[in-house]
Amino acid sequence: MVWAPIRSSRGLPRWLLGAGCTITLLFVVLAVFAPLIAPYDFDTFSADGQRFAQQAPPSAEHWFGTTVQALDVFSRVVFGARTALEVVVLSVAVSLLVGVPLGLVSGYFGRWLDRLLVLITDTVFSFPPLLLAIVLSFLLSGLLGGGVAPAALAITVVYVPQYFRVVRNTTFSAKEASYVEAARAIGAGPLTVITRYLFSNVVQSVPVIATLNAADAILTLAGLGFLGYGIQPTEAAEWGYDIQRAIADAGAGIWWTGLFPGLAIVLLVTGLTLVGEGLNETLNPTLRRRRLLPVTLPTRDTDAGGSR
Amino acid sequence: MPTRPEPAAGAATVLDVADLRVHFELRGSFLGRLLGRDAGSVQAVDGVTLSLRHGEVLGLVGESGSGKTTLGRALLGLVRPTAGSVCYRGTDLAGLRQAQLRPLRQRIQMVFQDPGAALNPAMDIETAVGHPLRIHGLVRDRDELRDRVHDALRRVGLVPVERFASKYPAELSGGQQQRAVLARAIILGPELLVADEPVSMLDMSVRAKILELMLDLRRDLDLSCVYITHDLATAKFFCDRVAIMYLGRIVEIGPTERIFADPAHPYTRALLAAVPEPDPTRTLTRQLPRGEVPDGVDPPGGCSFHPRCPHAFAPCGWEGRDVRALLEQRWTALDEADYAAEQALFADLAELDVRGSRLRIRPAASRSAESIRALLEQVRVGDPDEPLWRGVRQVSVADGACVVDFVEGVDPNLGPVDEGAVACHLYDPAYR
Repeated sequence: MVWAPIRSSRGLPRWLLGAGCTITLLFVVLAVFAPLIAPYDFDTFSADGQRFAQQAPPSAEHWFGTTVQALDVFSRVVFGARTALEVVVLSVAVSLLVGVPLGLVSGYFGRWLDRLLVLITDTVFSFPPLLLAIVLSFLLSGLLGGGVAPAALAITVVYVPQYFRVVRNTTFSAKEASYVEAARAIGAGPLTVITRYLFSNVVQSVPVIATLNAADAILTLAGLGFLGYGIQPTEAAEWGYDIQRAIADAGAGIWWTGLFPGLAIVLLVTGLTLVGEGLNETLNPTLRRRRLLPVTLPTRDTDAGGSR
Repeated sequence: MPTRPEPAAGAATVLDVADLRVHFELRGSFLGRLLGRDAGSVQAVDGVTLSLRHGEVLGLVGESGSGKTTLGRALLGLVRPTAGSVCYRGTDLAGLRQAQLRPLRQRIQMVFQDPGAALNPAMDIETAVGHPLRIHGLVRDRDELRDRVHDALRRVGLVPVERFASKYPAELSGGQQQRAVLARAIILGPELLVADEPVSMLDMSVRAKILELMLDLRRDLDLSCVYITHDLATAKFFCDRVAIMYLGRIVEIGPTERIFADPAHPYTRALLAAVPEPDPTRTLTRQLPRGEVPDGVDPPGGCSFHPRCPHAFAPCGWEGRDVRALLEQRWTALDEADYAAEQALFADLAELDVRGSRLRIRPAASRSAESIRALLEQVRVGDPDEPLWRGVRQVSVADGACVVDFVEGVDPNLGPVDEGAVACHLYDPAYR
């Protein structure tokens, strides 16, 4: 059911999906196998008892050069992919886990619960996302300590309202459908109606938002890192932080410290956006154009009795 | 074609509906809601009383907006009644909470109008048909579930079962979908089936098959049915008794044969006259009801059918609105100058939309009340057979306004006629 429209997609949507998935997969491979791919750890500034040169240009030894802290840029970019994907997966997963059930419940039950939840999420919406993420990241790192989790959760809060809104609105219209009343008529309780009848018909639009949000989350994470409110440099490699450190280098003609993390961000965001747009083109019924598929007639089957 | 099985004589009453009312609040305008103003309500079901005997098929027949579907949904507790009771074997469903209703759903099931919409598009047929069993915890394991689902599918003629069980609703035709809906409805072994226009969305060729299937199921499973339809032909084929609904009320109820052979209520007669006659050589003069079904928010006074009724007379509830409708009807036939001249007599035509037995019509600033009276007299002379005038006691001039006094309207109650009941003053001995 779910894969059929993707498999049958052709032309531009298929190209978008293909390109996006390729780029995204590349980064997933980088992230998963980072210790194998990167020559050094993200905070290694020496090997064999010898310090690396500071701000050394790209060479055979350091493919992307080194930073002012004598860190290998290539290794940092590769480990940065790991951080980015950890944060994205965590934040998207948590936003889905919170936003989708809230949207379903709010849309199905309506009344005061719906009003309250809409009010809260609208309030969250009205904050500039980056500002909200900074404040939350600040608060959460105090509560949870450092690491990936506070940044991921801060981003989560920014995206929950989006899932909530989309799921709530589709639930609102889907619950008027005849099959929901039919479910009630056969004796299904609210939980059964929501999980077995509404969920599968409501989540169709969620993959699209999830991938687009994933792209957005990379940017928010980089923004947090750039401003110094994200993941601490001792804990993980983070592209935003690297770009911030590279600002001073740019004036001195040292281009490699800023270019490669920047390229990584652009590529991954582009990849995820392409996936999102491609999914939107294939899954969204208002955009999707159904194609005529060639039909192969089966050979005449003499013993098939059922003609109904 | 199988013939209808006769219901067992003196069988127990399955369903007893008493003075059931379902009113829907209107939301009104934004400002009205802000100020807490009452926007009124639609009286979808307005005082329905009926009972259903075991094994009987009762047809609810009416035009769109007559409240038949709402009544059907109220029978299942899918909408909460405003007042009245729906007693299923002694249990009043109207007072139960949803959680208390759920066990009763095993006994009362529903078939929906649009079979495509009534099945979850993301659930295959086997899961969908078996879901009631799982919800009520009636099967021990997967094998038993599978067996019972396949039994039900075979029962409704979706064979070979293996071919249909794994299909999704979108892959089936309308008739096959409706068979699947029927399978889901009978799998719990219900006693009462409410069928809401089960064949109206299907092709003609499929209709007869589905109706035959329903007759088979009814006979084999000992079902009682409420069959909701706007289609008199299928009602005649399927029902033992028929209740004709108009604006939320039952206007006539009786055995199918009697209703079709000798309809009592003018509305029933009109409905039967509206059935197309397949014989072109027989041109019968049709007395189709004039106008449209009135607004359910503010139904006409007295008998709500009186503005459309060719036989209406004095007590049917004539009021100001009918005078306005009559004048506007007249004006459609006039040329523009005459229309402008006549309309200029009135201060405000909206003043005519009042309830009650006395209508005061104020003349426009420079006109006299006498000229309005003269106009009404002219209309009366022009068409003395118009039923409205039977309800007008007198037209006079008082306090600078034209006053029309109507006979006090009386709401007709369902009264007995031979075999059944009818809500019409024509059959009320008090007015004979």
